[in-house]
Amino acid sequence: MPVGGMSQTQVQSQLQAQLQPHGSMQGYDPGSFFCEMLRPGEPQHPTLTLLLSRLASLPIESLRRRARDAERDLLDRGITFTVYSDATAIDRILPFDLIPRVITPGEWHQIETGVIQRVRALNMFLYDIYHERKILKDGIVPADLVLKNAGYCQAMVGFDVPFNTYVHVCGTDIVRDETGTFRVLEDNARTPSGVAYVVENRHMSLRVMSDLMTSLRVRGVDEYGLRLHNAMAEIAPAGVEDPQVVVLSPGIFNSAYFEHVFLAREMGVPLVEGRDLTVEGGKVWMRTTSGLAQVHTIYRRIGDDFLDPDAFNPDSMLGVRGLIEAWRRGQVAIANAVGTGVADDKAIYAYMPRIIKYYLSEEAILPNVDTRICAEPDALAYTLDHLHELVVKPVAESGGYGLLIGPHASKTELSEFRALLKADPANYISQPTLKLSVSPTLCPDGVRPRHIDLRPFAVTGKDTWVLPGGLTRVALRAGTLVVNSSQGGGSKDTWVLAE
Amino acid sequence: MNAIAKPHKVHLIARHAEGMIWLARYMERIENMARILDVTNTFARDADDTRNWLSIPRINGDLAEFYKKHPEATQLTVGEFYLLDSDNYTSVQAFIAAARENARTLRALIPTEMWLQINVFHGRIRALTVADITPGHFTAVCAMLKDGAQAHTGITEGTLYRDQAWHFYMIGRYLERADQTTRLLDTRFHSLAPQSDAVDADIDAGQWNALLRAAAGYHAYRREHPSGYNAQEVASFLLANTAFPRSVGLNLAQAEWHLTQLRTRYFLRMPAALERLDALNGMMTHQNVAELAGRKLSPFLDYVQREIGSLHQDIVGTFGG
Repeated sequence: MPVGGMSQTQVQSQLQAQLQPHGSMQGYDPGSFFCEMLRPGEPQHPTLTLLLSRLASLPIESLRRRARDAERDLLDRGITFTVYSDATAIDRILPFDLIPRVITPGEWHQIETGVIQRVRALNMFLYDIYHERKILKDGIVPADLVLKNAGYCQAMVGFDVPFNTYVHVCGTDIVRDETGTFRVLEDNARTPSGVAYVVENRHMSLRVMSDLMTSLRVRGVDEYGLRLHNAMAEIAPAGVEDPQVVVLSPGIFNSAYFEHVFLAREMGVPLVEGRDLTVEGGKVWMRTTSGLAQVHTIYRRIGDDFLDPDAFNPDSMLGVRGLIEAWRRGQVAIANAVGTGVADDKAIYAYMPRIIKYYLSEEAILPNVDTRICAEPDALAYTLDHLHELVVKPVAESGGYGLLIGPHASKTELSEFRALLKADPANYISQPTLKLSVSPTLCPDGVRPRHIDLRPFAVTGKDTWVLPGGLTRVALRAGTLVVNSSQGGGSKDTWVLAE
Repeated sequence: MNAIAKPHKVHLIARHAEGMIWLARYMERIENMARILDVTNTFARDADDTRNWLSIPRINGDLAEFYKKHPEATQLTVGEFYLLDSDNYTSVQAFIAAARENARTLRALIPTEMWLQINVFHGRIRALTVADITPGHFTAVCAMLKDGAQAHTGITEGTLYRDQAWHFYMIGRYLERADQTTRLLDTRFHSLAPQSDAVDADIDAGQWNALLRAAAGYHAYRREHPSGYNAQEVASFLLANTAFPRSVGLNLAQAEWHLTQLRTRYFLRMPAALERLDALNGMMTHQNVAELAGRKLSPFLDYVQREIGSLHQDIVGTFGG
């Protein structure tokens, strides 16, 4: 593929010259995938060149020793998630790959503005569907898709939240295709996880790869707790001078408990469970050594259904009875707001470019993955014609249930799915199979290209701030595109370079 | 004119205060168990081996549980029961698991270094096997346990922020130390003192050594009483001495200081606990111990143990549920 006046072969040969015979990058070949380190066709950023030469000059044994140190360190520090099976609980680490993923200032500008735009649109959309429902009346998004969505919360109708912010913390999953174009894969507008790893991965880099970072201008990630606390204070009930913020966790047995600890510690606020809180006299209180103390903002890490047995799941032991009523009366703030799940639904995702345009009169700065909404005749026709090369997803379900991956499907499966699709086209969207970008990753056979994605975190009170960095997840198995930690995924430190 | 901003009030979740007490207590229990096992292994290998090893389940009130699993008390069976058996809730396995669970609950509150050390220590204890408790390794395992518990104590001293949470932690530590010393004294005294009121009877000096060494008080005792052993003086040393770090009296006095600090600095009122502690403290005098020596000592020690249990309840009951 000729790009920017230099062919892939030329780039490769230039690279090979850089890669010293015994260096760690020996035999690295990203093929036709977009490599985040080599950047085919782009003028090399001086920092990337320097980083690559430092990396290439390291013996692979040195990288392996550092990787072992890092793994030991993560276990010792208990930076783990707990996997429960039968009677045993095993603490697992999210594997850390010590070769960082680098984002240039120009790229970051696009991601940052793109994420801010998207969060704005999500919040405007949520305000609208819980108030006038203009976007539904104007026929931009089908009303049924929103109003009959499992994430749509009746209790939110007509209820106002401070600054009309519903999604206070948003994690936007972004991938990069073979042309190097960033594309949004998914919005996480409920309780996105992973920000603790962004910060811990940086600390790990500083511990085991400090020589690699020397004198490089990488933007810091330590500000997250402060920014989050400020946003939580902003949304507290009006007139409270020094609002009490808490992090509400389901408890130590939750697999993301480490992240809850991290959030509380970084904000300097108590980490509470439902049993530590009570609603009395219409206000929310926490049980302290000196009696009840009022709570003004709850950053909750518990799903909507479990927040309040009076309002939602009556069997929930994790929540606080009467919390939603106190919230509706303006006595406490809850972040993220209840009922945001409708906005990060797969069905709504397909409409996001139109939603952005509708509210902001702007094109999406970060495009979606090309998504066809099968409810629309043209899209259905295209999908049926190209079934063997597309991924088709049902919109109502989640977790890869009832999903068709065209290139991997048999003739029988394809024809069966064709029938399903024709019977209920509105239930499906289709997308091309993605060629995700790759990043050099330490593997058993050397440093090899592995697919990655990116989840930046946006914090919104009055305004939106995006943490410069994000969680880069990496699919550690060769050939696989699945970056999820449950399926052999790991993570990398993400370096946003300063201007 | 700008008003001076009110200082930010830092609250302590009641459940976390209780967690701090328990964290300290479990870590103390590990050290204490290691001390007793080590001393029994090293200094009490004389005529009556079984009786010596059996004294450990007796101290802990575990005789019934112990005999359910083991026919007789030997270094190996007692070692297994207390070092490896995670089903036994008085084993170091159970202690470290409980300590770690409390530390996990408190992880947003305690320094990273404290958590890290507990987590690593937990891994080390969990990895113990039968091979580690054979005669050739027994002392090394006890030393590892003592080192780990003392590293914890040192890290806590050097890094734990000294606000309310610290006071609760320290109360837990001192209550546990006081409790453990009464248990040690109770059983050992029981087996050492002859079954009469004649407390100055001739008792094997090696046995007194073992008792004092288990409490890390041997050398200090020698310095205070160079002429020899006397049951009443040993009891007084362990109960009423105001300089010995594991004496019941000293630990209760320190717990009282922390309770008073919580009252004066944080306005936490725990009248029941303070009253009980004050009364108990008043009993830890040389004169009182001298009067109690002999047969009356054992019921007194039982009473002190019950009172320490009640103190714990008084404290957590003040702000609990």
